Parts: sequence; C-alpha cells; structure tokens
Amino acid sequence: MINYIWVLLMAVGIIYAALNGRIDQMTTSAINAANSAVGLSFKLIGVMCLWLGVLKIAEVAGMVRALAVLIGPVVHYIFPSVPRRHPAMGAIIMTISANMMGLGNAVTPLGIKAMSELQKLNKDKESASPAMCTMLALCTTGFTLVPATIIAIRAAAGSVSPAEIVGPTMVVSFIATVFALVFDRVCQAVFSSRNRRL
Amino acid sequence: MIAELCTNLSKWAIPLILLFIPLVALFRRVRVYEAFVEGAAEGFSNAIRIMPFLVAMMVAVGIFRDSGALDKCVSALSPFLFKFGIPAELVPLAVMRPLSGTGAIGVTTELLNAHGPDSMVGRIASTVLGSTDTTFYVLTVYFGAVGVVKPRYSIAVGLIGDLIGFIGSVFICKLLF
Repeated sequence: MINYIWVLLMAVGIIYAALNGRIDQMTTSAINAANSAVGLSFKLIGVMCLWLGVLKIAEVAGMVRALAVLIGPVVHYIFPSVPRRHPAMGAIIMTISANMMGLGNAVTPLGIKAMSELQKLNKDKESASPAMCTMLALCTTGFTLVPATIIAIRAAAGSVSPAEIVGPTMVVSFIATVFALVFDRVCQAVFSSRNRRL
Repeated sequence: MIAELCTNLSKWAIPLILLFIPLVALFRRVRVYEAFVEGAAEGFSNAIRIMPFLVAMMVAVGIFRDSGALDKCVSALSPFLFKFGIPAELVPLAVMRPLSGTGAIGVTTELLNAHGPDSMVGRIASTVLGSTDTTFYVLTVYFGAVGVVKPRYSIAVGLIGDLIGFIGSVFICKLLF
C-alpha cells in the first residue's frame, strides 16, 4: 500500500505540474523537501537523546515498571501479544502518557523506543507486526487531554476563550482512538486469516 | 480558566519530569548520570536511521503540494463534502492533516485569522488539529526508526482514524456550540 501511495503522490504531482506549466518548480520542490527532511532528523537528535536518557533513568530506577503495574491491565488488553513484563509495555505506557499530557517533543522519542521494543518481539523484521500496527493506530489518533499547541494558536489569533475546544478535542480524539483500535482489530483478523490460507 | 490550567500544565510538566525522575532515581541509588548517557547514546542512531524514510515521504508530499495537485483535490472534494454538512473551508485542513503537521498548523492559523477563532469554522478547525496526529509523519518516523518497510494495513487504520476525527469534530462542534 505504501508503495502505491508514494508513487501516486509523486506521479500525480509531476504530471499535474507538467500540464499546468509548473514543471520547473518541481526540481526545487523535491530538493527543498529532501533538505528539510534532513534538517528535521538533525533537529530530532537532541530531543531524542534527552528523552531516551531520561527514560533510561526511569527504567533503571524501576519507575517504568511501577507505571506498568498501575495501568498495565488496560494496555495488556489493547496489546494482547505483548508479554506483561516485557520492556515494550513500559515504553508503550510512557508514550501514551506523554501523548495525553500533550508533551509533543517527548512523544516521538518514546514512541520510537516502544516501536523498537515491539520490533524485538516481531518475527518478520521487515513488515509491521499486529502489535506495531496497533501502536501506530494509537499514535496517529493521539489521544490528548491537553492540546497546548492549539490553545496557543487560538490565543494568538485573539480568541475570547482559547480553551473552549479542550472538551470537544478530548471527546473527538477518544472516539477516533476507539474507532481506530476497533478497525485495527478487524484488519488484524482479516489479514491473519488470509495469511493462514496462503 | 481551563486555558490557564492547560498552559500551566504544559509549562510545568517537562521541568517537573526532569526534576522528579532523576531525583527519585538518585534516592533509589541509581547511577543517574551513567544511565542517562547510556540511554541518550541511542538517540543519535535513531534520528539518523529515520532520515532516509523522512526524505522519501517529505519529497513525495512536497511534490504533491507544490505542483498544485493538492489544491485541485481540495476544490474537487469541496462540493461533495458540502452535501454532508461539512463546510468547504475545512476541506484543505482535512486533506492536509494526515500529510503534513506544519502544513496543518499553517492552514488552521489561516482559517482562524480569516473566520475568527470563535467562529464555527475556527472551532472545528481547532478541534480537528487537536484530536488527530499527522498519520504519514508518525508512520514514516516510527516504522522508519526500526527498519520496517511494510506497514501493511496500518496506513488504512491511521487514515480511518483521521476521517473519524474530522467528521467527529464537525459533529461535536455543531452539537456543542
């Protein structure tokens, strides 16, 4: 699927540009995008080091395990294939917590940590395991309690009540998360039965 | 009141975490400095491993956006979505949201400035921005970091999540405000 989407985005873009006389912009557009991708990954190095360092401290001190005992049962229900005492559990829980608190730049490093722990459990290292797909579903819907960025944007735009969207945001992101998780389970069932037939 | 609470919470959360975790760890006789450095060492390799995946995705999205094809998609979709009670102004945001995080923030800021943050469009746009994340970015970064090249059905799941988030935002905002 990713192959089709990737080619579709580029092919449609280039052909559309050619038809509308914008073909000369495509070269700069591609090069600029490549450059900003590299810039972005360099920008990530700092926060990545910071949060993975803090996470390591929390892990060694047993805090992650304590958190895992506390909300582990819920997470175990969402990730049935992950053993209860596996380090992936702790990383998943930290990611969800950071997401809920709206700690934008901490979420990515923690999420990557969770993914790499899930990758250790994955048999086929090239394709995503069901648990990894579930993790992705959780992160893309990003259940948030504190949408700090949006509140700031609204305040900057001169809103009378910048935080009035906190309630709706919570409700909507909860609904979207639940739907994504259900859909994820359905896909999981469909895909695993198809693999068995092959 | 809630805005103050939220901004305070996000202002205090990270400093408090940076205070609390090392302090507790120290009390539990953890060699905090060594542990931090050990964990941080992974940060560099992770960030570098993501790079080729980010380049691939951002080039494709960049070409699609700069060619004008994205705008064309938006104007083609608008009348169709209008029938479902979705304001046409919000369509660019719906298309942009899963593709580019900074793009979505840009579109939202424009909408807030054009319609006012306390208008219906402004409220819905804010809710859309807050309730979902950038699916393609999350997918690229998270799977890229661990070397997964076959995301299988997860793109579909992420996009369904975005769609539900968008429709949900329109519905809930119309209900509440």
